[in-house]
This record gives sequence, structure tokens and C-alpha cells, in this order.
Amino acid sequence: MGLQRRSFLKLLGVTGITLAIGENMVAATVPENDPEFNGILFDATRCKGCRGCEFDCAEAHNLPEPPKNKDIAAVRKTDETCNTVVNTYKTEKGELFIKRQCMHCNEPACAAACLTKAMRKSKTGPVTWDGDKCMGCRYCMVSCPFDSPKFEYHSANPKIQKCDLCAERMKTEDSPACAYNCPNEALLYGKRRDLIKEARRRIYEKPDVYIDHIYGEHEAGGTSWLYLSPVPFEQLGMNTTLQQSSYPELTKGFLYSVPSVFVLVPTLLLGIHQATKNNHLNEDKDDK
Amino acid sequence: MKIKMTNSTKPLLALPLEQSTWKFLISEMKPKGKFLTPFNLISIPIMVIGLVLIIIRFWKGIGAITNLTQDTPWGLWIGFDVVTGVAFAGGAYVLTFMVYVLNLKEYHSIVRVTVLNGFLAYLFYAGALLLDLGRPWHVINPVIGNSFGTSSVLFLVAWHFLLYMLAELIEFSPAIAEWLGARRAHKILSSMTIAAVIFGITLSILHQSGLGALFLMAKGKIHPLWYSEFIPVMFMISSIFAGLSMVILEGSISHKVFSNQISKKNHEAHHGIIHGLSKICAATMFAYLFLQVLVFIHEQHWALLNTPMGYWYLLEMIGFVLIPMVLFVVSYRKFNSTLTKVAAILTMLGVILNRLNVTVIGFKWEMAIRYIPSWMEFSVTLAVIFTEIWIFRWVINRMPVLRDSPSWASETTKINP
Repeated sequence: MGLQRRSFLKLLGVTGITLAIGENMVAATVPENDPEFNGILFDATRCKGCRGCEFDCAEAHNLPEPPKNKDIAAVRKTDETCNTVVNTYKTEKGELFIKRQCMHCNEPACAAACLTKAMRKSKTGPVTWDGDKCMGCRYCMVSCPFDSPKFEYHSANPKIQKCDLCAERMKTEDSPACAYNCPNEALLYGKRRDLIKEARRRIYEKPDVYIDHIYGEHEAGGTSWLYLSPVPFEQLGMNTTLQQSSYPELTKGFLYSVPSVFVLVPTLLLGIHQATKNNHLNEDKDDK
Repeated sequence: MKIKMTNSTKPLLALPLEQSTWKFLISEMKPKGKFLTPFNLISIPIMVIGLVLIIIRFWKGIGAITNLTQDTPWGLWIGFDVVTGVAFAGGAYVLTFMVYVLNLKEYHSIVRVTVLNGFLAYLFYAGALLLDLGRPWHVINPVIGNSFGTSSVLFLVAWHFLLYMLAELIEFSPAIAEWLGARRAHKILSSMTIAAVIFGITLSILHQSGLGALFLMAKGKIHPLWYSEFIPVMFMISSIFAGLSMVILEGSISHKVFSNQISKKNHEAHHGIIHGLSKICAATMFAYLFLQVLVFIHEQHWALLNTPMGYWYLLEMIGFVLIPMVLFVVSYRKFNSTLTKVAAILTMLGVILNRLNVTVIGFKWEMAIRYIPSWMEFSVTLAVIFTEIWIFRWVINRMPVLRDSPSWASETTKINP
């Protein structure tokens, strides 16, 4: 029995459909060519823990005012009502403060995870959330190595909250609220490339003050927020076990295999089907 | 070839007029048989409570009835309903592969019920996903194309769910045509079966593994004994024996509950089917266990074994993979179908354990305050399962799923013998 017109057309159809759909599935977090992101450099030697940035952030994002009485002992986390917190740590060099918020990765896991492109890395650096696209699946929260996105669990129309590097404010101002208002110049806003240079200069000029590590230069493939510290970053509650390559890297292998599976498997299955179908016809004849 | 109708519960009309089709459909909507059965008495209150809870959830937010937190954004509804439910629905693609691709005709009598089961599982358990979405009115976004997040594994999984449900519906559609007596449609739909099967198997391979690939980016959050780059492969292989164990269990229950629908020939064949499936389960479980051991040795996790999570891991691997695998082998050798059922139940418990370990129990395992699902989450899950069983029973009682097809059906098609 040869290949009949009908089955040939069927084969052609299945292969065509799979090719067409397979193309959609190609993995793509296209990294910008030589990205020129903006970012903020946090210097733990300069922060006095006044928490002014928390209040400025809340005001800029229309969020409730943070608690006033300074709760030194407690290590707080950002949540759906506050995009940034300043925590206090007792370290080998005394009491130090550290500001935490979304790190704005160069290749964000949340944006790669988002199936509606609601999470997006904009060309200037901020990772922003679009409520018109988000379906609230919270896969960004599962994927983010810093646990930055926060979800409004007690709302019928919940939003994802996190630092957006004041994307709205930046349309009229030239720096985010926290960096603009910091009285101790602990926060420096600028091009990420320049910030790294500046951080290197500070380490070079005062090698006995800083440890030789810019947190965020390589962590999770590099982030827009960069940190300088006089003590190892573990002592400031930072996760130092993160991988150096970007997190979307982890799913690339799987996503790249999809088109090949989509072409090879149906072909193989059709082949097996044709082969075994003939066997059965022969058996039936033998029986008779 | 003649097929005997052992019991025809309804006249097989070739309905000529549209009006009578509607009358027929309306009459079919009414419940058949006794209403006050123990199953109904248990399931109806649970479904009503579930409905109330779902209303509260959409009114007050997800936090009103779940214990989900900023640290554990995915809980029981994703870990059990979706991830585990889809693994159990894997029987459909494995069986359609055996029957339509490998032409193993001896399994043909259980294909329809398995495909129906798979389709309903996707419809309900993946449908339960809607309850977990914070902004479900945007669920259409990745489908209509104004925002294709093609770099997302979840995008792939979502599309595959959708397309696979369509493929399963096509695979099952000849039964619907036979129920309605639509001969012409039956012929067309039957001729689409093989294409739907091949498409469906490919989709299944990709989304069964895709469900595992979802968690690849959660590196560092999932306990290292469960996290490896091979999660997608593990999920794929385990979906084979998870699905087949479900087929074994569901088959044995159906053969008791709906025994009046099943022809004598198929009743007798059932032993042989279970016997054959136990062999496949044992073989795939061996491959799975082998891969698990390989990954374990490769990642050098010996030190982790002597921790509470290590004992938990050993319990899963030995108690719910190795032991049921051995039981499958023994039951195959001894033709003991009771033992096969025991092995199938153990295997299913093991798959539940594995999926929950990856998605919920092993997720942020070091946290001081752990996520424990609220009674309301369990209640909604139970309500979803019971609703699915209701629909399943409704279809079984009306369409030729377990009972033989009407005699005209075999004349219109050669593919569906």
C-alpha cells in the first residue's frame, strides 16, 4: 500500500500546523544590545536609617504612610502596602541600615515568567507592571529570586505592587523620589554603567571601609540597583547564594526544545501509525 | 462486523427534525436513576459549600478563603488541582498512543472513558486555575494576541491546555455524534481522530514537562532534593504511570458502578487490560526511579538525606515509587489484579506527594511560618472534584462511552472499529 493522497494531505496538514504553532513558542528574552539602563547605587556606609525614603516612596505611589515608631529590632519585608523598607542589622562594624525594594534585574525573571507581558523591562531600566494585561497568576512571584512582586490578596481587583523606579514620576522629574530626597546621599541615581564606575572609585579610594564587592553587578545576571557595604552582604540580610547568570536562562533550554519536539514527535508518531496499521491488516488477512 | 447491543438504555433515533433534537436534549438533561444515593447526599452539600466559598472569593479576594501569602503565592489549588490533576489526566495521551498509534486493539474498549476522564480533568482542574487567578477577566489576553508572553513557560502551558482540550474533544466527539444519532457528523469527526491523537500526544509531552519547567526559575526556593534541571523530564515520565494508575483505579470503579453498561466481552477483557497496564507502569516507574537516583547521585546530596526533609524524600522514593513498582511487577507475574489496584493507589499517592513536594511542601521549606491550606481551600478542591464526577456520570449514562457503539457507527468509519 502506497501513500495515498488523503493521508499525504493529512500528514502535510499536521506538519504545517505544528510548524506554524511551533514558531510561536520560540523562547525569547531578547537582551538589549549593550543596554544603557538607569539604576540607583545604595551605599550602606552613608545610610543613617532615617527611613525618609519609605515616606517619600509611599507619597509618590499613593500608598499608606509607613509606621512612624521606628521598630529597630524587626527585619521587615516589603508588602502590598509598601514598596520599600529600611532594615537595621547588627554587624561586625556596628549597626548598619539597608534599603530593600525590587532590584530591577537586567534580565528579570518576572518579565520572562509573565505570559501576558504585563511585567516588562523598559529600555531605561525600570521593571514595570501593567494592570491592563496582568491576569493575576502570580507566576512572577514564584520566579523572582528576590521575592519582589507583592500581591493584594484581600482585593476583588488585586494589583501587583513593587518598586517601579518611579516610572510615573520620571515623566516630569529627573530622579526617583527616594534618591531625590535622601538627605545623606546614600542613594545615587544615574546610568548603571556610571554607577558601577562610581562604586569602583569609592572602593578603590577607601579599601579599608568597603568590602570589594558591588552587590547587583553580577547577581542574577546584574541588577539596576547596586549596593556597597562595609561588611559582607550576608550580614545585611542579602541573599548571597544567587546565581551569577540571569534567571530566565534556566528555562531557555526547555523553551528552545519546544519547536523541535513539535516537528519531530508528530512525524515519528505518524510513521509508527502507518507502520503498525499495515501490520494489523496483514494479521487480519492471516486470521482469515 | 456485527456489534451486539447488550442493553440499549434509549432508542437510537436518527432524529430528522430540529425540534425533536431539542426535545431529546432537554429530556436528556433530567437526572436518570435514583436521586437520593449516598454519593449524592455527600457530594451535594460539599458542592453547595464550594459554590458559596467561590462567591466569597470573587467578592472579597483570594486572601479571604485561602492561606496564601506573599512568600507562597501558589498553594493547594495550583499544586494539587492543576499540577497533580493534569498528571492524573495523562492516561488519555498514553492510551491514545497505544491504541491509535501502536494499534494495540486490546485496549480499545477503555479509550473513550479515559479520553472523557482526561477531558473533564482538564476542563475542571485547569478550570480551577481561574479561581486562583487574581484578575481572571484578563485570562483571554495571552490567547487573543494583544500580549503574547512567548518567553514564558506558563504561556506555553496555557496554550497547550487549550489546544489539548480541543484535541481531546475531537477524540471524544464520535461518542457525542453517536448519542445524537448524527451519522454524517460521526463520519467526519471519526476521520479526524488520528490527527487529533497525534497532535494531542505532542501537546501532552510538552505541557506535562512544561508544568515541571514552570518551577525551573524558582531555583533556590525549592528544596534541593526536589529541584534539578530535570524536573520537566521527571514530570513527563511520572505522568505516564500517574495517568495509567488513574486508568486502573477509575476502570475498576467504573466496572462496579456502571457494570450494567459494559458488555460481557469487555468485562472479561478488563482483567487482561489491567494486567497489561501493570507491566507498563512497572517499566516506566523503573525508568523514573533510575533517573531520580541518577540525579540524586549527580547532585551529591548525600548530606541532605539525614535531615527531616531527607527522610521525607526517602519516604516518597521508597514508599511510593520503589514499593508500588515492585508490587506492579509481582501483580503482573501473579495475574493478581487486586494487587495491581493496591499498587495503583500507592503510585497515585506517590504522585500527589511528589507534585506537592515540588510545588508546596518543598517550596520555601526553611520559612518559619509555613503555608498550610485552609479548610476552605480543601473544600473548594473537593467541590471541583465532585462536580467533575457528576458531569462524568451524566455523560456515561447517556453517551456510548462504556457501552458499545450503536451498530451503524462501525459502518460509517474504518478507523474506529
